[in-house]
Amino acid sequence: MADPMRIRAQAAGGKATVRVLMSHEMESGQRRDAAGKTVPAWFIQEVTATLNGKQVLSAEWGPAVAKNPFMQFSIKSAKAGDKVAVTWKDNKGDTRTDEATVS
Amino acid sequence: MQTRRETLKHSVVVAGLLATAGYPGFAMAAFNKAGFDAKTVQDATKAFGAGSLAESKDVTITAPDIAENGAVVPMGASTALAGVKQLLILVEKNPSPLVAAFNVNDAVDANFSTRAKMGQSSDVYAVAIMADGKALWAKKEVKVTLGGCGG
Repeated sequence: MADPMRIRAQAAGGKATVRVLMSHEMESGQRRDAAGKTVPAWFIQEVTATLNGKQVLSAEWGPAVAKNPFMQFSIKSAKAGDKVAVTWKDNKGDTRTDEATVS
Repeated sequence: MQTRRETLKHSVVVAGLLATAGYPGFAMAAFNKAGFDAKTVQDATKAFGAGSLAESKDVTITAPDIAENGAVVPMGASTALAGVKQLLILVEKNPSPLVAAFNVNDAVDANFSTRAKMGQSSDVYAVAIMADGKALWAKKEVKVTLGGCGG
């Protein structure tokens, strides 16, 4: 299981800016190891975010997203105390969800 | 390029697994493999159902002029236009240009940022796929001092 995400959600002017730092290798599938063999791609494919259990964001990522990915987005009509949950799923089927409260 | 062939073979297997795992009812949730495998910016946007491509001042790409480390290049896409379905971030000279696709809906602002890998200096595109099938893009050149793909 992967390490937890760091999620920070801050409300300002009726919107909440959410910053997420995920912990993932994001192997591109282009690199080769010492023996010259290609290191298979291993990356986050799907990212979704929910606000109080309702889905507000979905995104698809390719292997070109940097290692330990960072993502920023803003949710309209979110206020302090709301719960933001972010889920990712990688191409090996591994998945992780973490939750944060808007402050 | 034997290794490349192996990579492709591997990705076909993965796609097969995904397909057998069940194709979700709504198209948004399906991983757009064609888009992420596309080798050009045009092909990648076409995979998202975009008909015509046009440059637009209403789409913004944020990226540094010079990236010292190609492995971590912060970039963002945003637009103030209404009727945006998806926002894509692409790096033209990467082996597969498409970096990320964000689905826009009423609940979020059409403003996303993330960090991408860049193999070499290249133009970076933000493409907004509109509800009416148009694709509006903006680009910015980013110089990379040290590449981030392979090593």
